[in-house]
Amino acid sequence: MPTTTPARPRAAEGGLRRIAHHTLFWPVVALIALLAANTVYRPSFLSVTVLNGHLFGAPIDILRNSAPLMLVALGMTLVIATRGIDLSVGAVVAISGALSLSFIATSPNPGSLSTVLLAIAIALGVSLVLGVWNGFLVSVVGIQPIIATLILMTAGRGIAMLITEGQITTVTSPPFKTLGAGFWLGLPVATLVAGGVFLLVAFLTRRTALGMLVESVGINPSASRLAGVKARTIVWTVFALSGLFSGLAGLILASNVMAADANNAGLFIELDAILAVVIGGTSLQGGKFSLSGTFVGVLIITTLTLTVTIVGISPLVTPLFKALVVIAVTLLQSPRIRESFAARARQRAARPEEVSA
Amino acid sequence: MARKMWMRGTVAAVSAVAMLTLAACSSEQAPSGSGEETAAGGDEMSEGDDLITIGFSQVGAESGWRAANTQSIQDTLTEENGFSLSFSDAQQKQENQIQAIRSYISQGVDVIAFSPVVETGWDPVLQEAQSAGIPVILTDRAVDSEDDSLYESFIGSDFVLEGEMAGEWAVEQYDGEGYTMVELQGTTGSAPAIDRKEGFAAAIEGSDIEVVDSQTGNFTRTEGKQVMEGFLQKYDDIDLVFAHNDDMGLGAIEAIEAAGMVPGEDIKIITIDAVKDGMQALADGKINYIVECNPLLGPDLAEIAQKVIAGEPVEKRIVVEDLAFDQEAAIEALPDRQY
Repeated sequence: MPTTTPARPRAAEGGLRRIAHHTLFWPVVALIALLAANTVYRPSFLSVTVLNGHLFGAPIDILRNSAPLMLVALGMTLVIATRGIDLSVGAVVAISGALSLSFIATSPNPGSLSTVLLAIAIALGVSLVLGVWNGFLVSVVGIQPIIATLILMTAGRGIAMLITEGQITTVTSPPFKTLGAGFWLGLPVATLVAGGVFLLVAFLTRRTALGMLVESVGINPSASRLAGVKARTIVWTVFALSGLFSGLAGLILASNVMAADANNAGLFIELDAILAVVIGGTSLQGGKFSLSGTFVGVLIITTLTLTVTIVGISPLVTPLFKALVVIAVTLLQSPRIRESFAARARQRAARPEEVSA
Repeated sequence: MARKMWMRGTVAAVSAVAMLTLAACSSEQAPSGSGEETAAGGDEMSEGDDLITIGFSQVGAESGWRAANTQSIQDTLTEENGFSLSFSDAQQKQENQIQAIRSYISQGVDVIAFSPVVETGWDPVLQEAQSAGIPVILTDRAVDSEDDSLYESFIGSDFVLEGEMAGEWAVEQYDGEGYTMVELQGTTGSAPAIDRKEGFAAAIEGSDIEVVDSQTGNFTRTEGKQVMEGFLQKYDDIDLVFAHNDDMGLGAIEAIEAAGMVPGEDIKIITIDAVKDGMQALADGKINYIVECNPLLGPDLAEIAQKVIAGEPVEKRIVVEDLAFDQEAAIEALPDRQY
């Protein structure tokens, strides 16, 4: 009906509109809203103090607790960009934690740096192999990603249980604890590790052709293969990376509490990771992906968890509260919903003018 | 078009996955403990021929406590003691447990025993067992049913009493000092979480211990740590933590240490369970008091199963005796702690 929008001072609104139309606008608004809600309940929420030579405060907790999900979601972003999905990340997290801690627990000298480094190397090596296995099933055998990774998702926790013999393995090893709970230059080591991996991936995908190749495979695998892109290698690589990053996340999670809990480590992290990727604006249909979007998505999910405690949401309604926030964020992001809201707003704005005229 | 088809395929696949995971989890496990013949109970057994076949459906393997519980059952219900045990792990899903119980009914076992994942929704499957003439014994957790003829006996700790014991000790030690307390609850809606909370609250009533907050840490270390981090950001003056199990308490210790405070000194910690890691922390002075929740239910289960088969009367409710430990008791008990 009203195809002619009322004349507005375009120049003034242009910049604002461009920001509002950015894919990350609504996720960032949601993040700010969550932080604001926390600050209302706890005015000192955003303050960071120095404690025992390192930074301490809720923002630091958020950054540190984001690290494992950040790593898993990074791998997931790349996999999703190639039209895939990796359901096995949680299982890899559990296996990696179980392997490293069982190795440290049975070693004669759990506190030595070489033991810890060896444990980390073993866990990462196995995680990489698991990722390569997923990639093999998808790219060579041609199984649908959701089914291929489902195999490891169901089997993986069983493997982790076998490694820990059904017990929660607890160890004392100061060097290993540094990874998940330690600080370097005042910042949490876990955050630095995740941040380093993030920058590395961002560099590789955005400063080289790799990112474009990943997107082209996701948009049209056949066309990109015909154009000379080695689609199989690309898909294989992203699954391998997803496994490796999940393994690293598993190490951080295990190190955080110094216990390998085969049942609960990384439980449902695959869903959180997929959610973070989607909130960040990467389409599940593959193609274009946004690493910074995933970053914001991860922060939203971690902040949400802390918000439940700070605001004091009753445990009985916690899942409902989380679901409502997620629904709100995804709806705000949907172009169609935004379009219909905008149309309604235009109608409302147009009506009084018609009357006056 | 192709995109749409793909999306539809994905949706179908996701729902298929959801169903598959549910189904795949009920796979039965062979009793892994049967290799080690360390009989813990049931001594006056008739050797050999007439084994009592018993189907046991465990909740899962979600904690160190549960692992010890499983171990006790598998070590006690051995062939040497006159039992043939088929054990299944429900991975904390009621539908898996119902499925396992149905399969035990169709196998025609002599006795069915299980630890219910949740309290409600058991009447139909228990009626099936009853009409098949198979007696049912509950361990560790109760069912919420009007008709208590559906099971023979319930063996387990009294969770309310555990909460009360913890609360009474807190009052004894800290009343009059105006302590501020936070609570780390177990999994929302689970019997131990509801009962321990209730028992503790009843015990501290009238004292000046003030419970300022209570959130769930799902009985796990990671979530216990995360929730405690949140509490430490939210409140400046926490004096006391009551955690519904050791694992969450151990997570809280990590959070308190990371905040630059001394667990057991600056912030006192009371937990329930008394698994080995928890006892170690108690001996180290990081936890102040632990009420035991005895997981060694195997011997009791063996005894009740034999009585039921022999047609002897059994008590409807068998309360397993729980001890409580402070630091000295923990140091003493730690060397020969089995779990």
